[in-house]
Amino acid sequence: MSEAILTVEHLTMRFGGLLAVNDLSFEARRGDITAVIGPNGAGKTTVFNCITGFYKPTQGRITMRHADGRTHLLERLADFRIAQEAKVARTFQNIRLFSGMTVLENLLVAQHNPLMSASGWSIGGILGLPAYGRAERRAIEKAAYWLDKCGLTDRADDPAGDLPYGPQRALEIARAMCTEPELLCLDEPAAGLNPRESLVLNDLLRFIRKEHGTSLLLIEHDMSVVMEISDHVVVLDYGIKISDGTPPEVREDPKVIAAYLGVDDSEVEKVEAEVGL
Amino acid sequence: MTSATDPNFARPAPPTPVARAAREALFAAIIALGVFGPLLAFRTTQDMQNRLIVETRYGLIAIVVLLVFAGRFLLSLWFTRERPEAGPALGARLSGLMPQGLRDIVRTGLPPAALVALFVYPMMILSLTGGSGALKWIDNFGIQILIYVMLAWGLNIVVGLAGLLDLGYVAFYAVGAYAYALIATKVIPATFPGLGVWAFWICLPVAGILAAFWGVLLGFPVLRLRGDYLAIVTLAFGEIIRLVLINWTAFSNGYEGISTIPRPSFFGVPFNASDTGFAATFGLEFSPVYRTIFLYYVIVCLALITAWVSNRLRKLPVGRAWEALREDEIACRSLGINTVNTKLTAFAIGAMFGGFAGSFFAARQGFISPESFTFMESAVILAIVVLGGMGSLIGTAIAAVAMIGGTELLRELDWLKAIFGRDFDPAQYRMLIFGLAMVAIMVWKPRGFVSTRMPTAFLRSRRAVSADHVKEGHG
Ligand SMILES: Nc1ncnc2c1ncn2[C@@H]1O[C@H](COP(=O)(O)OP(=O)(O)O)[C@@H](O)[C@H]1O
Ligand SMILES: [Mg+2]
Repeated sequence: MSEAILTVEHLTMRFGGLLAVNDLSFEARRGDITAVIGPNGAGKTTVFNCITGFYKPTQGRITMRHADGRTHLLERLADFRIAQEAKVARTFQNIRLFSGMTVLENLLVAQHNPLMSASGWSIGGILGLPAYGRAERRAIEKAAYWLDKCGLTDRADDPAGDLPYGPQRALEIARAMCTEPELLCLDEPAAGLNPRESLVLNDLLRFIRKEHGTSLLLIEHDMSVVMEISDHVVVLDYGIKISDGTPPEVREDPKVIAAYLGVDDSEVEKVEAEVGL
Repeated sequence: MTSATDPNFARPAPPTPVARAAREALFAAIIALGVFGPLLAFRTTQDMQNRLIVETRYGLIAIVVLLVFAGRFLLSLWFTRERPEAGPALGARLSGLMPQGLRDIVRTGLPPAALVALFVYPMMILSLTGGSGALKWIDNFGIQILIYVMLAWGLNIVVGLAGLLDLGYVAFYAVGAYAYALIATKVIPATFPGLGVWAFWICLPVAGILAAFWGVLLGFPVLRLRGDYLAIVTLAFGEIIRLVLINWTAFSNGYEGISTIPRPSFFGVPFNASDTGFAATFGLEFSPVYRTIFLYYVIVCLALITAWVSNRLRKLPVGRAWEALREDEIACRSLGINTVNTKLTAFAIGAMFGGFAGSFFAARQGFISPESFTFMESAVILAIVVLGGMGSLIGTAIAAVAMIGGTELLRELDWLKAIFGRDFDPAQYRMLIFGLAMVAIMVWKPRGFVSTRMPTAFLRSRRAVSADHVKEGHG
């Protein structure tokens, strides 16, 4: 079994009187697809926002361990440093593309930091030094590679806001991948996709893991999507971890069934019988 | 109206367009009578015996009401005639009149043609007016407009690209102007008097750097603010700078301002009537017009540098980050972009160009006072950026020519006195006409003259992004 890439320990997030995440601990292992599932409002997005620095957790420790052994304590890093230094990228539940920029430009913005140093913090770029020209060509090549993987090459010069919903989701993933992350966090990537688009998405995620060695952490509230591609599932309900294990284990867990079907533990047997489990 | 709500009434045949327009025009005329009647029809004046009497002006009110009637009638007629087609907007139809080829020529040929026109303009004016009236045309129209073009291009970086609404841009203009004025009148004579003729060329970069520094100073506290809050704080910042300049008399000489600011030299050769002056050195007859022409070319170069740099920056990572920031700040942060630094560079670079323009302004006027740096200036510059279409250099230049050139032109309309009587001063109506024109343009083109956005990189073909997708930014 490989080592943990992300370790979440005793993570607690409180919004005033609301305890959105309560003493959550789990691990995501390198090279795995780890899924965080749970009903709406369970606190999944809040966990992501804590991991990627958009919220400062009330309590807890989040450790990112790189392949070369360096570690980052994510709860102490500013959000942009988490992407830049800790190499954690993310997508959003409600897609956040730069809609007035073209598809290609979206992928170039994602390569901001390497391009910025290649342009000599803009000074070399303004003077038109060749180093920047080469860096930009490489950046465009990389963008073209991801466009090809997402089937968006034909739309490269269209505004991102013009794309249909499914391709927008794919583009958001491609954009996150352009930051060369070690851990990619996807917030409900399959939401709103039709079954065919879902299959394409699953292929893309498997490809990312296999060819780029990127570990994935994904949120899903629809269990069926997750069961197929994830190696490890964490189940949240009302901010508390109620189950943690391989997909078959989780599927059998009465607590999970209860949370999803909204019944008491004592009634689970009866409900299971009814739904034919 | 009743027929639509009462099912018992048979629906009458729809009114003919003319009848309908006449009805709408009648309503408009009645409203105009109600609104303007009390204001225009009666006026109190003093008669020979110094008594207050009411003077009636029924003729005037009749003219106004008739104008409203006719205007509304024509408008209604125009729109009902067009309605069945449900075609594109008026602007699109107008530009649709041009064949595609012609439109392409206009698009690709306009910038070079404008450049050439820019460079031959003073010569043309000089040969047309024979030297006597040239000063006014080069100074009031050429230099004045170009200062605003440059300011608008500078502000465009902050507002148009980064989407940060800055209502205090004039502060940086003031910083640049006072930097030049104070260094050239106080510091240089006290330290290196020999450098006096070079004052402008030394102070220009210094003024830009100082303004950029103030841009960063302003940037820091307002970084966390967005939208309306950002706008209010930047407005306050502009006012603070002006109030400090008014009240700190020991530093800035208060309302009196600073006079006898050294004028720029021709790279060390002063423009005066002496033996070492410009005219004598180049074997010309002395005339003040040479300095004006020189100033004109200086501001042309400064404005072109502004355009070139901001165009270049837009295609660099920092420029893309500005535009991405305007589109979605949270997404920027998730991609590892340091949004604090990105905003500060936008403020600093925008402010720097404001500072350059300010120091040029001080050099051209020879006198500055806080009066020149009121909120009105910020508002005009912002209006130019918005009218031009946020983010577009060409649109902004067109808007500056239209707004500043237009208001200057109104000063020239003396022949209107022949129509409206000798008391009529068209310059007094400048702001009114200006406002009406702005409203009309915003109705016609809500996103400004050039609302499309040119991508900064392309894979196969460069195609403009329509305004529907481009966000305006909210700080
Ligand atoms: N910024 C916030 N302020 C207050 N409450 C929040 C905030 N973000 C999330 N919450 C609350 O935390 C709970 C968990 O939300 P979320 O993490 O979005 O759930 P999920 O993504 O699992 O559907 C919800 O009750 C939500 O209202
Ligand atoms: Mg969520």
